[in-house]
Amino acid sequence: MAIPPTLITLLVGMVLVLTGLWVGQNVQLLPLDASANAPVYDSLFQVLFSIGTILFLGIAGLLVFSLVRFRRRRGDRSDGVAIEGNLPMEIVWTAIPAIVVLFVGIYSYDIYERMGGMTPLNDHGAMHGMAMASDSSAAADGGTQQARVWAGIGQAGSAGALPVELTAMQFAFIFHYPEGDITSGELHIPANRPVELRMKANDVIHAFWVPQFRLKQDVIPGQQTVLTFTATKPGSYPIVCAELCGPYHGGMRSTVVVHESDAFDAWLTKNTPAPATVASAPLHPTA
Amino acid sequence: MTLASPSDFEPQGLQPQGWLKYLSFSLDHKVIGLQYLVTGFVFYLIGGALAGVIRTELASPISDFVSRETYNEVLTLHGTVMIFLWIVPVVNGAFGNYLIPFYVGARDMAFPRLNAVAFWLIPPAGILLISSYFIAGGAAQSGWTAYPPLSLTTPALGQVIWILSVLLLGGSSIFGGINFIATIWKLRRPGLKMMQLPMYCWAMLGTSILVVLSTPVLAGTLILLSFDIIAHTGFFNPALGGNVVVYQHLFWFYSHPAVYIMVLPAFGLVSEILPIHARKPLFGYTTMVYSILGIVVLGLIVWAHHMFTSGTPPWMRLFFTIATSFIAVPTGIKFFNWLATLWGGKLALNSAMLFSCAFIVNFVFGGITGVALAQVPFDIHVHDTYFVVGHFHYIVYGGTVFIIFASVYHWYPKFTGRMLNEDLGRLHFLLTFIGFNLCFAPQHWLGLNGMPRRVAEYDPAFTTLNQVSSIGALLMAISTLPFLINVVWSAFRGEVAGDNPWNALTPEWLTTSPPPVENWPGEAPLVTHPYGYGIPEGQLDLKVTTGRELWTGGRR
Repeated sequence: MAIPPTLITLLVGMVLVLTGLWVGQNVQLLPLDASANAPVYDSLFQVLFSIGTILFLGIAGLLVFSLVRFRRRRGDRSDGVAIEGNLPMEIVWTAIPAIVVLFVGIYSYDIYERMGGMTPLNDHGAMHGMAMASDSSAAADGGTQQARVWAGIGQAGSAGALPVELTAMQFAFIFHYPEGDITSGELHIPANRPVELRMKANDVIHAFWVPQFRLKQDVIPGQQTVLTFTATKPGSYPIVCAELCGPYHGGMRSTVVVHESDAFDAWLTKNTPAPATVASAPLHPTA
Repeated sequence: MTLASPSDFEPQGLQPQGWLKYLSFSLDHKVIGLQYLVTGFVFYLIGGALAGVIRTELASPISDFVSRETYNEVLTLHGTVMIFLWIVPVVNGAFGNYLIPFYVGARDMAFPRLNAVAFWLIPPAGILLISSYFIAGGAAQSGWTAYPPLSLTTPALGQVIWILSVLLLGGSSIFGGINFIATIWKLRRPGLKMMQLPMYCWAMLGTSILVVLSTPVLAGTLILLSFDIIAHTGFFNPALGGNVVVYQHLFWFYSHPAVYIMVLPAFGLVSEILPIHARKPLFGYTTMVYSILGIVVLGLIVWAHHMFTSGTPPWMRLFFTIATSFIAVPTGIKFFNWLATLWGGKLALNSAMLFSCAFIVNFVFGGITGVALAQVPFDIHVHDTYFVVGHFHYIVYGGTVFIIFASVYHWYPKFTGRMLNEDLGRLHFLLTFIGFNLCFAPQHWLGLNGMPRRVAEYDPAFTTLNQVSSIGALLMAISTLPFLINVVWSAFRGEVAGDNPWNALTPEWLTTSPPPVENWPGEAPLVTHPYGYGIPEGQLDLKVTTGRELWTGGRR
């Protein structure tokens, strides 16, 4: 007795879903996750990768099956069956992508919120931690940095964030630490403490990207942008300019060095130029 | 109103005849269509050579093949040539002009002279663009997006020529769009209803609406940009109080719909090709029409997903994520309908069919990465990386260019009266499909792992996959050879096709091959069921069915 087609379809569907889930779980396409939001990002990637694998294998499989099963045999000049449509079926395959897309959209909104992406950038009332941090860093800078922030990603409640100013120019990133008045070509940051990168560009648009942090923000001339993140794993990672900025765009790279908390304090002390203040306690940046 | 009188087409006066008419200001929509196709293909070869330069440079992690300035000129020209001189003119201009008058039952386009003007804007614009490479200072270096302030600081002459050339091409595109809308709306044969038109008409109607609505925005933006360069105004110059993000909004307001301008006609063409070679009606005509209109509406409100890492506030990121994701719904309907068209058909596995099916595979892959890219958190990591390069080549090459090839294999018998060689066609398909996937699939991984786009040098860790990609590009270059040989050889020596070699029902096949000047010797045929293939369910032809089909009643 032949196996009923519905049963075969069901089994194929189950195998497909399991394959997709397995691929999402076990195929690692991303680099090391070295920031607090990187694992969050990776879980979104896993979900998208699983759904994508199921859809792609399903559609490609169906197509290849059709091409083999329904190929025109030699000498056959007849037509197929004249089926012009099937409304219930069309409703089903309108609903499936709609539900998938809605689910993915809501899920990625949740992820984005957890990354701090939905924090209002200039609404001080809604964002105590960052407002305090930016106020103090602005004060540290003599109040010249009170410009409106246009865009970026901030994590809510990042009290005690380390303020760093980034100036991007053709073809370098310059980092400045208002806390110790240090200027550096590399970004040195402590692990497990939020960093608030306030970014401006001198000439053309650049973009600050650390693949291991899963974060990118354009650095736009005339418009300050901000990026708040927390590195979690000590090590050195590349900083890459991701916006075409001229002939040496490909060479516009730097390094972010993530230190353990103590090692960072030592670095800060060692590199502070004048016998000036040092960030002794993260919660109270000295002015 | 410029209506061509029949005497315009008579063999008289100064209008050249024979092959020379293809070099003339011809008003015949079929001549103009082929002019678009051949011109576009010449620019495809130029753009392909530029891609070859890029892939050669990227075969090694250091900048060693061309100078860095040249590399940026090459990538700018590659993008501009491929979009504005190959895909848009061919998929709209070439097939649109050739097929739309047939499909609506007209003897020509609504405005034949405007049509000829639209075509003749393209060669000078293309020559202008390419020649800017040879002037002092070189061609534009700021990418096909020409983002200020970079485009304000790179050599001015090349950038201004780029703007001028894109303006001419945009003008050509608008003229074409107006013509298509007027033709489909007004020149339909009496008795032919909108919902009886072949799907390509709907696709071209939707595309032309997008062209007419969005291209003027690009034109205005580029004119402002040229003022910033020439007259030192400050629209987009932050040093003079301008705003660079405004440029991005205006640019993408055209350039995202431009993706649909490149892809919707391909959707239309594949809807014509599949039913004929599957010997089945197009599945779900009505939903196909509404999904095209849905894509047109949604396509106009998704542009800011190109700016998720730029100066966009959080609410905007959220809105454009959702709007962009929802384009997957009408697009998904179309793909499921094509699969249902194939299901249970009698599929002829010829080159046109193979390219169309590969289009489905490639586009589904590009669509899935597209939905992923629409998610802000995902995009923030991979924006402006090789992931995006891989994604959009899957859409525009794996999607549209595959369909251009499928269409050439499908309509070549109509254009010339001769068949293309199937063996060479399948070889072409195989080389293109393998080369394409080898070239662009690895780029997704490169982007995820830290390789930004538009770079001449990269982290040596990425060398191997870049070399794989370059080998794929080489295969793609080689794949054009069997195609070129096939097209030229078959024009003279190919098997004679007859009027209707595919046994098709759409009106362009109901005339001679190649068709006469006014399309049909007599009255235009009234085709109310362009996809009326197939045996009605339950009614099987006893002569051809197998025993099994009789037993199961034709259902499988």
